[in-house]
Amino acid sequence: MDILYLPELGQFALILALVMASVQALMPLAGSMTRQPLWLAYAQPAAWAQFALLTVSFAFLTASFLVDDFSVAYVANNSNSALPWYYKFSAVWGAHEGSLLLWLWILAGWTFAVSLSKGLPVEVLARVLSVLGFVSIGMMLFVILTSNPFDRYLPRIPTDGADLNPLLQDPGLIFHPPMLYMGYVGFAVTFAFALAALWSGKLDTAWARWSRPWTSVAWAFLTAGIALGSWWAYYELGWGGWWFWDPVENASLLPWLLGTALMHTLAVTEKRGLFKSWTVLLAIATFSTSLLGFFLVRSGVLNSVHAFANDPDRGLFLLMLLGATIGLSLLVYALRVPTLKARASYSLISKDVFLLANNVILVVATLTVLLGTVYPLIMDALNLGKISVGPPYFNALFVPQMLLLGVFMGLGPLTDWKSMRLDKLRKKIWLAGAITLVLGFAVLPWVYDGSWNLWVALGLTLVLWIVTTTFRDMWETSRTKKGWKGITLSRWGMYGGHLGAALIVLGVTMVSNYGEERDVRMAIGEPVTVKGYEFTLVSLGEREGPNFSADTAVVEMRNPNGRLQRTFRPEKRMYHVRGMPMTQVSIDWGPLKDIYVAMGEPVADDAYAMRIHYKPFVRWIWWGSFIAGLAAILAVMDRRYRIRVPEASGDKLTQARQAD
Amino acid sequence: MKRALLFLPLIIFMGLGVFLYKGLGMDPSARESALLNKPLPEFSMPRLDNEELKVTRDDLLGEVFLINVWGSWCPACYEEHDEILRLAKEGVPVVGLNYKDERPKAFRYLSQLGNPYTVNLYEPDGVRALAFDLGVYGAPETFLIDKEGIVRYHVSGEITARMVDEVILPEVRKWQNAY
Repeated sequence: MDILYLPELGQFALILALVMASVQALMPLAGSMTRQPLWLAYAQPAAWAQFALLTVSFAFLTASFLVDDFSVAYVANNSNSALPWYYKFSAVWGAHEGSLLLWLWILAGWTFAVSLSKGLPVEVLARVLSVLGFVSIGMMLFVILTSNPFDRYLPRIPTDGADLNPLLQDPGLIFHPPMLYMGYVGFAVTFAFALAALWSGKLDTAWARWSRPWTSVAWAFLTAGIALGSWWAYYELGWGGWWFWDPVENASLLPWLLGTALMHTLAVTEKRGLFKSWTVLLAIATFSTSLLGFFLVRSGVLNSVHAFANDPDRGLFLLMLLGATIGLSLLVYALRVPTLKARASYSLISKDVFLLANNVILVVATLTVLLGTVYPLIMDALNLGKISVGPPYFNALFVPQMLLLGVFMGLGPLTDWKSMRLDKLRKKIWLAGAITLVLGFAVLPWVYDGSWNLWVALGLTLVLWIVTTTFRDMWETSRTKKGWKGITLSRWGMYGGHLGAALIVLGVTMVSNYGEERDVRMAIGEPVTVKGYEFTLVSLGEREGPNFSADTAVVEMRNPNGRLQRTFRPEKRMYHVRGMPMTQVSIDWGPLKDIYVAMGEPVADDAYAMRIHYKPFVRWIWWGSFIAGLAAILAVMDRRYRIRVPEASGDKLTQARQAD
Repeated sequence: MKRALLFLPLIIFMGLGVFLYKGLGMDPSARESALLNKPLPEFSMPRLDNEELKVTRDDLLGEVFLINVWGSWCPACYEEHDEILRLAKEGVPVVGLNYKDERPKAFRYLSQLGNPYTVNLYEPDGVRALAFDLGVYGAPETFLIDKEGIVRYHVSGEITARMVDEVILPEVRKWQNAY
């Protein structure tokens, strides 16, 4: 094959993007130090150029995959000529180097979006872009110096590639990483706003208003990304679980928990001007945990199904990057954050305090997860042995914390800002509370299988509490002059988010308590009964796929009346190039239950070990997550974010920008 | 006082950073081959260069040697090939285990890069022989076998110059001098 120069062009574009990021970072910094307003104006075109160059770079790497250019090491290691084209496409972010390029491209995309935002004073925009530029420089140096996706194998070009990891040959994996990165990287924007505010010393409510939509959108993407990942693990790994407390899952949960806290405290800061220094700290911490997660996954310090290559040199570089970014921003925080107490007062029963409670619980939950995740590392470093922290630790601590959070989730919306009389609050919640307690504690836990179970009672009580208080608030708000139209989009967003959370709790409660997992030996023609359903292995066979061969099985399911309900066709695939076996599960899904059949190992010529799972309400976990994510987007569409705020500063640049 | 309190997040982060730094030097998986310190499994396999000639476990025993699993499809094998050549030059017998490959491609690989192997075993895709019994799940992998036929050391992944000098050669010498 002729040598194509695409990779060299891609790398060249990447280096130029680094130059542009430097302009974007340094010019505003220099400009604000030397009071040269014109220099601030460099930030915006530099951000555009950076985005364009990274788009080119990313496109050239993608092209190398699509034309099977195995002289590119990254392509040779992660693709194969027999791979279907859409997986060649998603293989671009299937491993370390390419996913970093995706990360950078998404950061440049967010930066581009910020640079287009209207109504931001020029100096604020320049500072925000400058901070984003610094983040981009650090990560781009990491890519160019340690993880170049464009490295070639020359002159010994492999004849074919080592194939994409079969685990990643799945539609879920086409979308999961981009969604997740949109979330992780999106928090960089909030981080940049926070640092820009510290830099200028103007930590006002305007800052909170600018940050809110970005935070919500990033949160929406992160929520969707995590949900997609959970869904993928559920059907692709063949274990039938939806959350494993794996270090990498935890790494995504940390910024999610802090991001959730941040969304709520930003509301307090914007509306009431309270908790400013706390909110700034959260904004820094949220992006810091996203970087920390990045480090945990990429440096190989933790053992995980998702972990990337184990490379101490890369790890060291990343740790220095992490130290510089997080350390410096926390230092700036410590030195610059105003210590003046806000003049606004609030009493114990108020939305302010309940939202603060939400924050405290979420931060404690974050620390719980963080501690459990890095505990093996700490033990190992102190020579106290290699241990692992399992789900029992997380479940024992995390579940009660979330239950407590749910109580405040119901109370918060119904409470007034600043202060509220206890009897007024009691009037609002007594009905919801009564319905919740009677139905949730005494009635519903019996319904499913006729016996009372404490965890089901707690879970369902919580679900009802969130749902009833949300509807109560909806009714309350709609009674104003404007009626239902008086409910703002951001309020609808809040309702959606909370109802989504309730659905997640519903799913988790049901599947954790009523799910059943059976590993059974199935011989052809011999029925096996699980949860009243009768499963029969009808036949075993083989088939050839594009880059794998598979053992196939046909399993019929009959309901208790003996009627044929569904035929399952699970597969066990062997991917040729990597020699990796994969289970392809077959799922009968529905709103009330999933029935899940996966092939294990052959135990005889006509018998197979099979895994049959009964998963009630498991889909609600993902539906709830998507509803919550969409709700966050809805909140951002609220018109108050589109109203231009008259700008205080009157320098020429600002006027020039408003003119066009 | 209040200002001092604001440094708390920075201090916590720096504490965490120390542990992360220590963690970098450690390998959490340190996956050891299940066959370590166990006898090399029995096998009888064709040579790469001649389908008719079979090699068995007993043919190889008697001296300390390495088994290097490779394939022309495996990019990291190209990378580590110079080190295998160097090992052979140092007088360490290296038995090649050509894995999931095709003969013409394997021949081209050896003629282009040089052949450091005393003998090459051939285990094409679909055959379950020595590589399967050794638990090989990718290439390259390298095993050190002592005079008695016991697996003494195992590397999964690419061998670097540093590993050859600091670990592999000393290990080979150690087992050559044992017994």
